[in-house]
Amino acid sequence: MKKLIYMDTENRGFSVSRKSEKIKEIYLDNAATTKVDERVLKEMEKYHSEYYGNASSIHDKGEEAKSGLEKARKIIANSINASPEEIVFTSGGTESNNLAIKGIAFSNQNKKHIITTKIEHDCVLNACKWLEKQGWKITYLEVNSEGFVDVEQLKREINENTALVSIIHGNNEIGTVQDLESIGKICREKNILFHTDACQSYTKENLDVKKQNLDLVTLNAHKIHGPKGVGALYIRNGIKITPLAHGGGQEKGKRGGTENVPGVVGFAKAVEIASEKEVGKMKKLRDKIINGIEKIRGAKLNGSREKRLCNNINFVFKGIEGEAIVGYLNEHRICCSTGSACSSKSLEPSHVLLAIGLKPEEAHGSLRISLSKYTTKKEVEKLLKVLPMIIKKLRSISPFGGN
Amino acid sequence: MEYNKIVIKHFSHPKNVGEIKNADGIGKVGNPVCGDVMHVYIKIGKKKMKGKEKEFVKDIKFKTMGCAAAIATSSMITAIAKGKSLEDVEKITRNDVAESLGGLPPIKMHCSNLAADALREAIKNYRKKRGVKND
Repeated sequence: MKKLIYMDTENRGFSVSRKSEKIKEIYLDNAATTKVDERVLKEMEKYHSEYYGNASSIHDKGEEAKSGLEKARKIIANSINASPEEIVFTSGGTESNNLAIKGIAFSNQNKKHIITTKIEHDCVLNACKWLEKQGWKITYLEVNSEGFVDVEQLKREINENTALVSIIHGNNEIGTVQDLESIGKICREKNILFHTDACQSYTKENLDVKKQNLDLVTLNAHKIHGPKGVGALYIRNGIKITPLAHGGGQEKGKRGGTENVPGVVGFAKAVEIASEKEVGKMKKLRDKIINGIEKIRGAKLNGSREKRLCNNINFVFKGIEGEAIVGYLNEHRICCSTGSACSSKSLEPSHVLLAIGLKPEEAHGSLRISLSKYTTKKEVEKLLKVLPMIIKKLRSISPFGGN
Repeated sequence: MEYNKIVIKHFSHPKNVGEIKNADGIGKVGNPVCGDVMHVYIKIGKKKMKGKEKEFVKDIKFKTMGCAAAIATSSMITAIAKGKSLEDVEKITRNDVAESLGGLPPIKMHCSNLAADALREAIKNYRKKRGVKND
């Protein structure tokens, strides 16, 4: 029998519904990654073509590279009120988080208990799950409906075997910013190491390792208009940590491997040019978007309104699915993201949205919009014009779209 | 996105969206918890096809909540089924739908490719209403 295949004759000369390929994209997925700043690129260029030496070499070429590396270390240390020797450069947030968690775990074999939360980035959760298989006990703290950790629960869960508390600073999905100072105080009083993943909050929220009693802090470059593949871990002086990568003694033996000097220099440049003014601008645009989307029927903001990253917006829309929203936005050249199962490799809805109490069927309908210093008012206006039409259209297709 | 142009087209401009009032058969598949739900509505007619009087899909509409692949497969199955005899329509498989769309990402083959199941449910529902035994 002839196969039942539908030949779509209209597909000849098919063109996507985009009005014109010339329309520039509107990039609103800056929590995933950001555009590298021109000034960062310029700075890095020199360390690729001119000061290309190995920072460990003793000749002048090596010295040039070493000097750039150490200058960068100082800039990054200063930005969080740390000392340069407390900064270890890594390949990014994932490596820094792994080094913090596994490195502290391996150095504290007699204390096999770690406390973290249910809303951490996958790399923290998966490092913890792996340690669980190796015999560590992990406590995953609950969060409330806005995504805040309950400090009373934290106090209760700390015991004599607890080696480390690891809590994300600004959440990558819902933007909730934890109160590091009060968590840090509890940990310091109980003499337990406190690590925070500050990939999303760095240069956007205040980070002061002394004031906030931080022992380990994960930082990275590509979320702040720096290059991909570079990050840092702040390790407070005197803390013993087992390296994950053994090598030629680089980074005081805490992270082997020839230093990525161009990347590190670019990272520092990105930190240098980040400004409070940009944060203020993003906050304004963020609130404009939140206020605009809240007018859409069946739209609900996730996370906190007040203690929220300046560039994060996260909504759920009733009766529709997030990947479809992102797909329609993409047709309008607007780049966003979703926590729906369909968009993830695991086909599970976002663990963060489930942790703040959303039902799986609600979590599927989420949309994350994340801004950068490059986001303009005009782009925001376009989003606010297009999004309600998209939601309306998807609801007209959905059996749960309502009227 | 990781979809081809045919999928994107059926996703962006789906055919036969809606419900049929007094439908002869309704098929509902999927689960909101998983994120994909499809409702297929059919109206059955009779006409002479190859010299025999046959039942055929006179009209078909769908409503789907789901990702791009779920919407595209729903649209595609309505396009395939419309005007065809019931005995042909019953033979449409998930693979036929995916093939007609020029292929789907492997991860979407299972969960979002429910359209063939929904249509079969609708036919079952039609036969049940008419008192015909389903096998």
